[in-house]
Amino acid sequence: MKNPVMVASGTFGYGPEYAELVNLSSLGAIVVKGISLKPWHGNPTPRMVEVPGGLVNAIGLQNPGAEKFISEYMPFLRKYDVPVIVNIWGRTIEEYEQVAERFDGVKGVSGLELNISCPNIKQGGIAFGTDPAVTKRVVSAVRRRTRLPLIPKLSPNVSNISLFAKVAEDCGADAISLINSLPAMVIDVDTRRPVLANVVGGLTGPAVHAVAVKLVWEAARAVKIPVIGMGGITGPREALEFMIAGATAVAVGTANFTDPSTSIRVINGIEQYLAGNGFSSALDLIGKLKS
Amino acid sequence: MKHHQARVLEHKEAGGGYRILTLEAPGIASRAKPGQFVHMRIPHLDGSVLRRPFSIYRADRKKLSILYKSVGRGTHSMKSIRKDDEVSLLGPLGNGFPLGRTKEVPVLVAGGYGVAPLVFLATRLRRKGIIFIGGAKACDILCVRDFKALGWDVRIATEDGSIGVKGLVTKILDEWLSPGCGAEGVVFYACGPEGLMKAVGERASYHGSRAWLSLDKHMGCGVGACLACVQKIKRNGAVSLLRVCREGPVFEASEIVWD
Repeated sequence: MKNPVMVASGTFGYGPEYAELVNLSSLGAIVVKGISLKPWHGNPTPRMVEVPGGLVNAIGLQNPGAEKFISEYMPFLRKYDVPVIVNIWGRTIEEYEQVAERFDGVKGVSGLELNISCPNIKQGGIAFGTDPAVTKRVVSAVRRRTRLPLIPKLSPNVSNISLFAKVAEDCGADAISLINSLPAMVIDVDTRRPVLANVVGGLTGPAVHAVAVKLVWEAARAVKIPVIGMGGITGPREALEFMIAGATAVAVGTANFTDPSTSIRVINGIEQYLAGNGFSSALDLIGKLKS
Repeated sequence: MKHHQARVLEHKEAGGGYRILTLEAPGIASRAKPGQFVHMRIPHLDGSVLRRPFSIYRADRKKLSILYKSVGRGTHSMKSIRKDDEVSLLGPLGNGFPLGRTKEVPVLVAGGYGVAPLVFLATRLRRKGIIFIGGAKACDILCVRDFKALGWDVRIATEDGSIGVKGLVTKILDEWLSPGCGAEGVVFYACGPEGLMKAVGERASYHGSRAWLSLDKHMGCGVGACLACVQKIKRNGAVSLLRVCREGPVFEASEIVWD
């Protein structure tokens, strides 16, 4: 990575969507929108609603499936000098294994981010990432099927994030990323109906930032592997907060929608901060929270 | 597609809660086609993370205009936009209306501010046609002078009868389409509420014509990344979810699978 700033899964499509607006080769990495083994249609609309300081979405993981992604989007992404991290998901452990395995040896893929916040259809729809035993099973299972760097993306919807961070590390994860969106709901008081067709969704954007900083700080103290911090970055200051809290890298998410040049501003702003504060490298800043 | 800081040239009331915002945006205006839209970051809208999409009402080489109504938090907040302010725009986005074959008579159908992209369309179509404009009351009938200046036949309907024929716009459309009107060889273009567009699609299907409808769906990114604004579209026998912002916002009526 030429800098610590990525774009977060689900907020940057598969690359071409923003290629006219952002120089993709300037980014630290692109984390593509979540891919499953087979194509998936997602949820009915409305799928997204703005709330103060953020948005609630229930897109439902619509994606073209691994084969179509590899044949249609990877040739495009390979033209750029940027690491591509593929976010993968499944509804059963077997689906996770199969999609992970499919990406082994695919040219241009630099790593796998594991979305463990989706419901486990074999266990009552409880998210894989909210039960430590299930988290352990899915991360270990995927670990055995891929040689690529593996980055479980942790759910904030747990009472003890350190426990989940350690589980991921113990199962052989190369890094962890957090936070995924916070479970949320919006009601239209005029119609007294939920705004989203899926009823509930996930909150992202500036509203979740302070929650994310606390969870990144806790997770980073619990593990030795790198932590990727994300949640409500709109400029360099929020990214720097994550780094001071212990994140080795960060990802810009919802702010890509607000201002597609956010990631570039964050890259430049971090550099200026490091130079202005006498740090020779970003590594010297990571985890340097003063008491 | 460009990301442009556009200077406000003019922001004026158009009556009935409608306003026209004119922006200096050469990189976007010169490329814009009728039916395309701009995604605007609304200034001073605290806590807002999403841009708002607006159909292009007029565009020339250097400037473009949008016509909008205060309907929500975003458009209410736009009232504070002043001349010489700078506004962040992404555009031009989406695919516009196909301009069709010159032998077909263009029949435009608008509901409320849905008329905006149809004005732009009328300025680019090679032949003149007829426009049906509908609204709740007289102040919702916009852009009549624009079409008359272009030499178009303008027909009006309002629900309260305060201007034009009393009733829905489909009433005057149906009268015009009645047998013997010569409705063969027409092509429909429509923008407005979903009910209006469905109705236009049905008329087109009945007359064996095509109808190009400009859809409005809750958008997130505006560039095809977030998949918030998908629409069921049937092509070659298969139904797929296409992005209104990227593959649309204009779709041919017979391809649209309404919910």
